[in-house]
Amino acid sequence: MAATMHAELLTPERSLFSGDVTYVMARTGDGDIAFLANHAPFIGTLEICVVKIERPGEADLFAAVHGGFVHVAKNRVTLLADVAELANEIDVARARLAMERAEQVLAHATDTSVEAALRRAHVRLAVSETFTRHS
Amino acid sequence: MAGGQERILRRRIKSVQATKKITKAMELIAASRIVKAMGRINDARPYLTAMTKVVEDLAASSGLPKSRYLADPQPGPRGMLVITSDRGLCGSFNSAPLRMVEKAVAQPGTQAKIVAVGKKAQSFFRYREIPVEHQVLGVTDRPTYAHAQEIAQQVLALYDAGEATTVDAFTTRFLSAGSQRLEVIPILPIDPEKFLSGTHGQSLDFEIEPSPEELIDPLLRLYVEEMIFALLLEASASEHAYRQRAMKAATENAEELIKKYTRIMNRARQDAITTEIMEIVGGAEALRASDNLEELE
Repeated sequence: MAATMHAELLTPERSLFSGDVTYVMARTGDGDIAFLANHAPFIGTLEICVVKIERPGEADLFAAVHGGFVHVAKNRVTLLADVAELANEIDVARARLAMERAEQVLAHATDTSVEAALRRAHVRLAVSETFTRHS
Repeated sequence: MAGGQERILRRRIKSVQATKKITKAMELIAASRIVKAMGRINDARPYLTAMTKVVEDLAASSGLPKSRYLADPQPGPRGMLVITSDRGLCGSFNSAPLRMVEKAVAQPGTQAKIVAVGKKAQSFFRYREIPVEHQVLGVTDRPTYAHAQEIAQQVLALYDAGEATTVDAFTTRFLSAGSQRLEVIPILPIDPEKFLSGTHGQSLDFEIEPSPEELIDPLLRLYVEEMIFALLLEASASEHAYRQRAMKAATENAEELIKKYTRIMNRARQDAITTEIMEIVGGAEALRASDNLEELE
């Protein structure tokens, strides 16, 4: 069995996940980054991205994370997200609606906040798609 | 004649009973909400702890970078964040912090910038014609992180623009279900000591991305958001605790009133009956007396 580490996915309102994992993938300001057990201490920013968590003996966990920080120390990965959703909690219809709305706005204007909204919608949809494909 | 008084009292007892039912219901609702609000405080705790740890580790590994949010408080205009509820009937939950702010504002030489949370604060300041920079409504019933972000943005904007050199929160802390306390909590600037306390001992060598200097400001802004969120959650729990106590007192008071009125009503009825009997007996006596007189004649 692969070596494990402790991972937590936290949002200000509640803790989404906490447990032993073998692998965590996320995206920081410098690009995708994956953490395995005993990773060197690390502090970084989280982008709007898909987070994949692999657990020993259980199905992989996908979450949509909308920015925040990641902290790794002493074999513990802590993902601090402003907003985050696990794959099964995502409202697909709402995300699709948000995506269409954002695309309409961006078709004839540039707005960074709308671009961020579009990215969030994309991430949500990507997460829920991988989730439904896996289960 | 005497029956009139009895009827009035009966009506009053009925109305007090109706009020008692309402206050009792509010008391029970508040009690169940305290439990929920406490649950939310607990749910939010891991994030705050982890968040503080990130800044602590950053400070331990490369020294706390310079930031405009980390400094000694400077004299100047004072930002005040007042947290009140939208609804009343919760004892001194609203009036206490509002009076405290009023006193602070009235101090000579104070230039106050007020950020007011809750309808009660809004009407209080409007009535007293104290200017308010920003208002947020509909929060303490069930605070969300979006509320905290909105408030934090206003607070940070005041601080960033130099319109306030310090910001304090006037709010009620939730210590336990039985104990809440009104406190003034400094929000900005942040005391660097807060992050240096946990650092002695092992200090890991962190890989930091991007640089600590770039990381510190967004982190501290997040820290302010998170601090305000925690305060909102505590204020919400406190509001329900205050309301429960106020409604419990009101229910007890109603019971007392019902008891008192019932006693008065019974006495009034007794008096009426006694008077009636006296009248009947008196009448009968008078009749008999007149009969006797007739017989004598």
